[in-house]
Amino acid sequence: MNERSATRTGEFLPRLQLSPDHDLCPGCGEPLVLRLILELIEELGLAERAIGVVGIGCYTALAPLIDLDLIQALHGRAPSLATGAKRMRPEALLFTLQGDGDMVNEGLQEVIHTAARGESVTCILLNNGVFGETGGHMTATTVLGQRTKNTLEGRSAAQHGHPIQLCEMIAPLGGAAYVARGSVHDAANVSRTRRMLRRAFEAQLRGEGFSLVEVLTMCPTGWFVPTAKGPGYLDEVLGSVHRVGELKRDGALITL
Amino acid sequence: MSAAVSRGTVVIAAERCKGCELCVPACPPRVLAMSDTRNAIGARVPELLPGCTGCGACLLVCPDFCFEVYRYDAEASACAD
Amino acid sequence: MRRLMEGSEAIADAALAAGCRFFAGYPMTPFTELLESFAAKLPALGGACINAESEIEAIGMAWGAAATGARAATGSTGQGLALMQESLSELTRAELPLVVFNMARGQGDYFQATRGGGHGDYRLIVLAPIDVGEAVALTQEAFHLADQWRNPVLVMGDYLLAHTQEAVAARTYDFAPPPQKPWAADGSGGGRKSPRHVSSLGTTPGSKGIDPESFWQRIQAKHEAIAAAEPRFEAEAIEGAELLVVAFGSLARFARHAVRELRAEGMRVGYFRPITLWPFPSEALARAAAQVRRVAVLEQNAGQMIDDVRLAVLGAAPVHGIGGISTDPSGFGIGALLDPEGVRERIQGAVR
Repeated sequence: MNERSATRTGEFLPRLQLSPDHDLCPGCGEPLVLRLILELIEELGLAERAIGVVGIGCYTALAPLIDLDLIQALHGRAPSLATGAKRMRPEALLFTLQGDGDMVNEGLQEVIHTAARGESVTCILLNNGVFGETGGHMTATTVLGQRTKNTLEGRSAAQHGHPIQLCEMIAPLGGAAYVARGSVHDAANVSRTRRMLRRAFEAQLRGEGFSLVEVLTMCPTGWFVPTAKGPGYLDEVLGSVHRVGELKRDGALITL
Repeated sequence: MSAAVSRGTVVIAAERCKGCELCVPACPPRVLAMSDTRNAIGARVPELLPGCTGCGACLLVCPDFCFEVYRYDAEASACAD
Repeated sequence: MRRLMEGSEAIADAALAAGCRFFAGYPMTPFTELLESFAAKLPALGGACINAESEIEAIGMAWGAAATGARAATGSTGQGLALMQESLSELTRAELPLVVFNMARGQGDYFQATRGGGHGDYRLIVLAPIDVGEAVALTQEAFHLADQWRNPVLVMGDYLLAHTQEAVAARTYDFAPPPQKPWAADGSGGGRKSPRHVSSLGTTPGSKGIDPESFWQRIQAKHEAIAAAEPRFEAEAIEGAELLVVAFGSLARFARHAVRELRAEGMRVGYFRPITLWPFPSEALARAAAQVRRVAVLEQNAGQMIDDVRLAVLGAAPVHGIGGISTDPSGFGIGALLDPEGVRERIQGAVR
């Protein structure tokens, strides 16, 4: 057998990740977004000029793995903390990391006002359509027909109302410069999401205002599906309502 | 029939794999397959078959940071891996 | 040099003199003018003042600012403070220095400030100035104490304090220079395996484990140290007093004035004013009450501070309330109780 020389093109961990060790479920999409964020901050050379504000959800457990200055927020409150931090440290890249329960339920007011005011922060929404950490309950982004702990027959408009599509709500606000929705259900979409995050960070760095990147992530546990079925479920069930794509760029709405 | 030639390879940190199997369908040349080997937490872990292109798709979709990806520096000879 | 200033403006100036460079708030009577003062003055100093979308976001913004190491403040009146309780608890447990102003409607927020409406075990240092002059000093000291102890400090004011104009010596008090804040998440700590994580959860960067118990026990120990070091009070005419009048804040001005008058007329009455509502000056009050026949608590509420007075006096003398709920038609706390003659009569009535 020949020995072949090779070049390493992908590392286990981003440089800004302290450890791979976490207890999130098999097949969870959230760690995939963590990798993208940390790789991008490294590429942009901002490790010593970045502050993350972390919400409350399963992803909170990822915070100790992050080799960046962080502020832990209460459920829903990351945008206001990010606002205060950015006003005092305008040279730092500010991002929030929040789930759909956090940002779209508890904290909907915060993200709307932060966007409207045009605060120079990037809010990152991990949207899996459930409250994952508490066991898989309906959130504002749960889609019609989706089964959750409190919509066991599937969410019905008559009983449970309609989902909120967050990007569509934020994009029209004057202070929002870049709004996009990505997904991590396959490698191509992970790469596409990476580009969206990069554009969001760049919009912040150029002083254009508020940016939002929503990322659809798998939660096979919260969806009651086998891990292998997670990506397909995400694409078909969530992705058909929360459509992937850029909604606003350079401060202008993108009409599809 | 010639054996598949690998243009790349991966190192798999199997000890932390949770057996979610997301890497299997994510791999474009379909060279990852779940083996019958189980790690210390009881999860079945993936193994690499010949034909890896070093594209890194597995690394992108693995929630547990189990993949390190390499591209071989030169064209393979007629030998199979 | 003394200048006639409204309390709200004087307090804002004092905060700025102490280095406060961030403020956020939501308009609500009688706090609104404090927000207006900060909004007018902060930009010129390179600071930021934001009208938040609710009191929850106001304290959130101040939290974020303080977490980066800046001197930050927020405030409201009682109802707005009610909305801030979860955050107050959490940021106390994240060991953040934050100054919070309650321009209260009367004195009904004593329990809220000292017992806390938030979850879990936490303590705010609570300072209750008697007039605008003392508010200027205590406001500056609030920032110093907040940084020294890495704990929020609540300055308890009210409508009178906010809206009374007094001749104030607008001086800057010399406390220690603001400390270095190596713990602050100012953005510069990444990439070297030792980032700053400002959190109440008891996590450690690089470790999957979480130990809230040890973390919160350490904060409990800190609060015990604050309780030993920081009680303050004012007392007069304790020697030979048979009746001790206890009051705080603006109402204490009326009590002090009445006690001085009655003392001069021969009544054996003394006066005790807690300046820190937490830590409550229990030992000093116990000493002051040791020889009296009766303790009368004058407060503008249904009886809140009286619980702390009873605990301090511990049965050495009977403790009675001589105040009560008293407010105006708008509920802002300008009640009939705020009357020198009326207070004097209540004190005289306490011995019968």
